Amino acid sequence: MIAGLYNYWIVILLMMTGFYVVISSGNLVKKIIGLNLFQASVFILYISIGKIANGHVPILQEGVSNYSNPLPHVLILTAIVVGVSTTALGLALVVRIRETYDSVEEEEIHRQDESL
Amino acid sequence: MISEQLPALQVVVPLIAAAFCLVLARPLGAWLITFAASAASMAVSFLMLNTVMDSGVIDYTFGGWAAPFGIAYRVDLVNAYVLMIVSTISTVVSVFARASVTSEIETHNQGFFYTAWLLCLTGLLGITITGDAFNLFVFLEISSLSSYALIAMGADRRALTAAYQYLIMGTIGATFILIGVGLLYALTGTLNMLDLAQRLPDVANTRTARTGFAFLTVGLGLKIALFPLHLWLPNAYAYAPSAVSAFLAATATKVAVYVLLRFVFSVFGVEFALGAMPLALGLAILGSVAVLSASTIAIFQQNLKRMLAYSSVAQIGYLALGVSLATPAGLTATLLHLFNHALMKGALFVALGCIAWRIGSSRLQDFAGLGYRMPWTMGAFVVGGLSLIGIPLTAGFISKWHLILAALEKGWWPITVVIIAGSLLAVIYVWQVVERAYLAKPPAETSRAEAPASMLIPAWLLAIANLYFGLHTDLSVGIASRAAASLFGVVP
Amino acid sequence: MIDNPVLRIIAKIIIPMILLFALYVQFHGDYGPGGGFQAGVIFAAGFILYGLVFGTEALRSAIPPGVLRLLIAVGLLLFAGVGVVTMLAGSDYLAYNALAQDPLAGQHLGILAVEFGVGITVSAVMITIFLAFAGRNDP
Repeated sequence: MIAGLYNYWIVILLMMTGFYVVISSGNLVKKIIGLNLFQASVFILYISIGKIANGHVPILQEGVSNYSNPLPHVLILTAIVVGVSTTALGLALVVRIRETYDSVEEEEIHRQDESL
Repeated sequence: MISEQLPALQVVVPLIAAAFCLVLARPLGAWLITFAASAASMAVSFLMLNTVMDSGVIDYTFGGWAAPFGIAYRVDLVNAYVLMIVSTISTVVSVFARASVTSEIETHNQGFFYTAWLLCLTGLLGITITGDAFNLFVFLEISSLSSYALIAMGADRRALTAAYQYLIMGTIGATFILIGVGLLYALTGTLNMLDLAQRLPDVANTRTARTGFAFLTVGLGLKIALFPLHLWLPNAYAYAPSAVSAFLAATATKVAVYVLLRFVFSVFGVEFALGAMPLALGLAILGSVAVLSASTIAIFQQNLKRMLAYSSVAQIGYLALGVSLATPAGLTATLLHLFNHALMKGALFVALGCIAWRIGSSRLQDFAGLGYRMPWTMGAFVVGGLSLIGIPLTAGFISKWHLILAALEKGWWPITVVIIAGSLLAVIYVWQVVERAYLAKPPAETSRAEAPASMLIPAWLLAIANLYFGLHTDLSVGIASRAAASLFGVVP
Repeated sequence: MIDNPVLRIIAKIIIPMILLFALYVQFHGDYGPGGGFQAGVIFAAGFILYGLVFGTEALRSAIPPGVLRLLIAVGLLLFAGVGVVTMLAGSDYLAYNALAQDPLAGQHLGILAVEFGVGITVSAVMITIFLAFAGRNDP
């Protein structure tokens, strides 16, 4: 069971690692790295769904009737673009936070706002 | 010919307008485009609502590909109603935005501001209109990304951290939704919501279906800001530019609630979502806690935008309570409150924006004597506040009345107690403001200094709508009850 | 890095090839793997390499931010415009069949235009993101 569904185990491992980093890390950049890992696990989940046993490349060919499903890849292409935009926006916010607070540590930022 | 293309136009008009806004980048021109595009989407949504009321569901396919292969839009009474709310609020608030944005945002950023506004509108309308689960995720991210950017443009430096926090939590929520959709796709092989609804009952009793449902609900819970997943909301609304607070408070969470309704009622079906899964109980408990705790926290806020934000969390609690009843009456109350809450929060945030424009603050201590300095603005604020409490003759009363009736019909009297307690707490936090504005001793000079007409008119339009829909309930209750019936599968 | 001759010469040799490959991926996308997203990113990579080697100031003078902003909008409008054209032709949004007499030619033309629009927007956005971060501390 474990060997047959190994893709899901990889997904779960990656997902939990990313999620843990997002929650536990106080560094704003590391949080975004965790978020990326978390999203990447979902990309793998989708792409592994598209694999069909003995499936061929999904381009029409003579003598082939069993094709892999190309749709998840297309969906994930879109999701990757969304992920890139999220990362860019997140990092842009971090740059501005760093310019304003001179820190990217959550605790330090909170401390500065408290004293406001 | 054009009437057939309405569903595409609903999304394409603001999208193309956003591109023109980006090129133009001049504040006045960008604002004109924003207003014109919002007004055009409002016209489209009213035309569609009219068509749906008369002749039923509109189906639209993209690229000439039939439904399961291409992306299909499907407009029924429920999403026509939500589209109408979103586009109307965008139009009214964009009138207000001109003066507010000029005073709060640097000139060279205003073009970007309006571009992000239109993209956010595109996203919200797209989420509502689409009949494809993955397309929904894409539009959700379009609206979310642009709203992070909009919030980060707030003048206070805490707007940056608020936007960052929202970005992290919002992305986790959206990714959870993506996982949920992926699991459903793995199970059924389709992303079209109609197909999903047909194929899910056969496989509903599998662990994959239950897991997918759980991921979807938690992800949507984050987007809805359902207690205890609301942590991003107070800061985001408190430090965003005034116009953004008004726009997002009245639309963003409403659209997320709509998506929850769509998945619970149309895709999974009531028996599975509220029967087999413990969602009804969860929503009832979380909704009650949200109403009581968020209303209590709201009382202690010194920043009024923050107070209204906590009040929004409480209002989301009411929406959740209506869904948890799992009856047509409860759902009618939720849909009604969706509309009424958009009106009251719109009015309140716009009025607060007028005050921020004039005195440059939204802190309670600066409100002394404001009732005499800005009588019209405070008048609109008070009407919105009364509606928020649920005083008879205002829109807020109608939705709470329906919610209480639905709870009693079901025999869940503790919910009735929660609703009344929440309203009493609302009396306290609204009264604080009224007391400070009208009864406290004003600082020094109290010459009259109103906000400009372009800001007052939207505030009063929304305030009058609160009164109108408190008296003339046929229209709002009629649409809401028909929409609720259609979600329950009863042919209206 | 502009002083390092190895980097400069290699960059000058490799950048045209990157751009050419991007165009290949862009326009061969109808027949084989490729398309606007990938081509846009590869095209932007050429410009970003230029910026890394010769400095962001040189990149900015090669392709001014105003032009980038225009390109972002033009790509989006090309995409959305194709849909509007099909609508005006009396068909559904993005129904490429309506673009030409022959449905096959219509599909071909439609996907080419839409992917080109995607490519323009993606490459302009990528270069903008690079400039927004790398050029942040420029005077």
